[in-house]
Amino acid sequence: MIRRIFFCGLAACAGLVTAISAAQAHPHIWVTVKSELVYAPDGTVTGVRHAWTFDDMFSVFATQGIESKKKGEFTREELAPLAEVNVTSLKEYDFFTFAKANGKKIEFNDPSADYYLDFDPKDTVLTLHFTLPLKTPVKAKELALEVYDREFFVDFSFAEKDPVKLVGAPAHCKLSIARPQEMSAALTQQFSQMPADQRDPSVTIGTEFANKISVKCP
Amino acid sequence: MRSVGARRSIADVALLVAILLLAAGLIDNAFAQAGPFGAPRTQAPAAPVGGVLGWVFAKQAEFYRQFSGLIRASKADGSAAWSLLGLSFLYGIFHAAGPGHGKAVISSYVVANDETWTRGVVLSFASALLQALVAVVVVGIAAALLSATAATMGRAVNVIEIVSYSLIILIGVRLLWVKGRAFVALLRTLHRPAAVGAAVTPHHHGDLHHHHHDHAHHDHGDGHAHHHHDHHHHHDAHDDASAWGHAHAPEPEELSGPGGWRRGLSAIVAVGLRPCSGAILVLVFALAQGLFWTGVASTFVMAVGTAITVAAIASIAVAARAWAQQVADARSGYGMLAMRGIEVGAAVVIIAFGALLLTGYIVTERMVGI
Repeated sequence: MIRRIFFCGLAACAGLVTAISAAQAHPHIWVTVKSELVYAPDGTVTGVRHAWTFDDMFSVFATQGIESKKKGEFTREELAPLAEVNVTSLKEYDFFTFAKANGKKIEFNDPSADYYLDFDPKDTVLTLHFTLPLKTPVKAKELALEVYDREFFVDFSFAEKDPVKLVGAPAHCKLSIARPQEMSAALTQQFSQMPADQRDPSVTIGTEFANKISVKCP
Repeated sequence: MRSVGARRSIADVALLVAILLLAAGLIDNAFAQAGPFGAPRTQAPAAPVGGVLGWVFAKQAEFYRQFSGLIRASKADGSAAWSLLGLSFLYGIFHAAGPGHGKAVISSYVVANDETWTRGVVLSFASALLQALVAVVVVGIAAALLSATAATMGRAVNVIEIVSYSLIILIGVRLLWVKGRAFVALLRTLHRPAAVGAAVTPHHHGDLHHHHHDHAHHDHGDGHAHHHHDHHHHHDAHDDASAWGHAHAPEPEELSGPGGWRRGLSAIVAVGLRPCSGAILVLVFALAQGLFWTGVASTFVMAVGTAITVAAIASIAVAARAWAQQVADARSGYGMLAMRGIEVGAAVVIIAFGALLLTGYIVTERMVGI
């Protein structure tokens, strides 16, 4: 009896520490993703063009202390140093963008130099525009692209409207997207209310965690 | 009653289980959050945390997302400020589930240090309130007065983090030194069968109460190895030469009891020094809306919520320890050895947490530079 209590006590102690240490912080940054998959005339994928809109709290935080001519507004030029910091530090996280062509992982080069930040003074949100070129352009029957932060410090989600576009893709390519689980219910609702003529039958809503883009060019 | 051998194996197994579980908790954590310096990112995304933790996780994110709207609303409508404070309180309670708020360190500290419930609660509140104060000071000086950029604030927080994590390691090392010696001394005593009844059993009943400093306390090393100059002056006269030969272990009142508050202060500072990223963001956002003081109020209410959760967890730790102590008391020598073993384990946990935090293996709230 005493022994059992003793073990229970120890187990309680240990379990407690285990539980505490396994807990994680929650995201402090929310990003709304709009992406374009860019194709060359020969039908190869050359890269991904991202437009990431940050939540207002983080946007205000990130622009804190940045000098601007007009109070509460920032031009692309004024935001250029911040954009550079963003793009440089994103490298460490592989730009949160992971791609597979025909089931095999493919790599990206650093973003091209045309990246920039926009500030929307109405919603006080920043949008980061950048293009990730593929190391080697690839012709893929099946292309899978995911945008997520494994550690969930940044919460990525696709924009509600037109989250993904194919630019210059061969006509027979079919696009489908899958959103994180949390949003799927609300989106099913939303999609069901869309007029039939606006609905893309190839757009499916998955129940996975990551924001998944899949392009099939059979 | 069982034989001494059987009792010993029970205590040994119990100790082993406890240490293994503590280690498992840490390893689990290290792998789960392998950060920029850890293992490379695998292809599969981490599954959302399920169960109670998943719910806590989702709730705090949900609360956090409402901050900006309520702060904006407070500008036009004073009553929204009350909603903001209510939200801050709830957020604090839920948010304290993350490792950034020192629950693990505080809980391990109260276990290792045999702290009372009151002291556990005071430590929790003091560290949480200090954390809020640091956030207010950082934003108040950097953003409000100096118009520093987010990057500058990030660097300041980084320096504070390094100091905080180093302090956590120091506290753990100090506890390990004291408790490790107590453990070894007790082990030596127990290896002399005659001493089991004579020296150990009457001894541990007095753990929490008396201060018989006529025994050798062998704590000279503490003063040298650490920066806590709060030892009782009458220890200084003791003779180190007798340290390992003596049957008596260092007494717990070396750490708790009078003078222990100042040591407690080191734990408060170590845990409370690092400001919460969420609080900093809320403060900067409030500042931008011209509502800095609303942000300050929100930050402190958040801290009260955080403190309640941390205090609750620390209370469970205190109760669990008291429970184990009660059982250990009934087992004389080896039960006590198990208690000292738990204390050593808790000290190791503190060091491990500090080290993992410092090296980036546990990332509490990373501010990606975006």
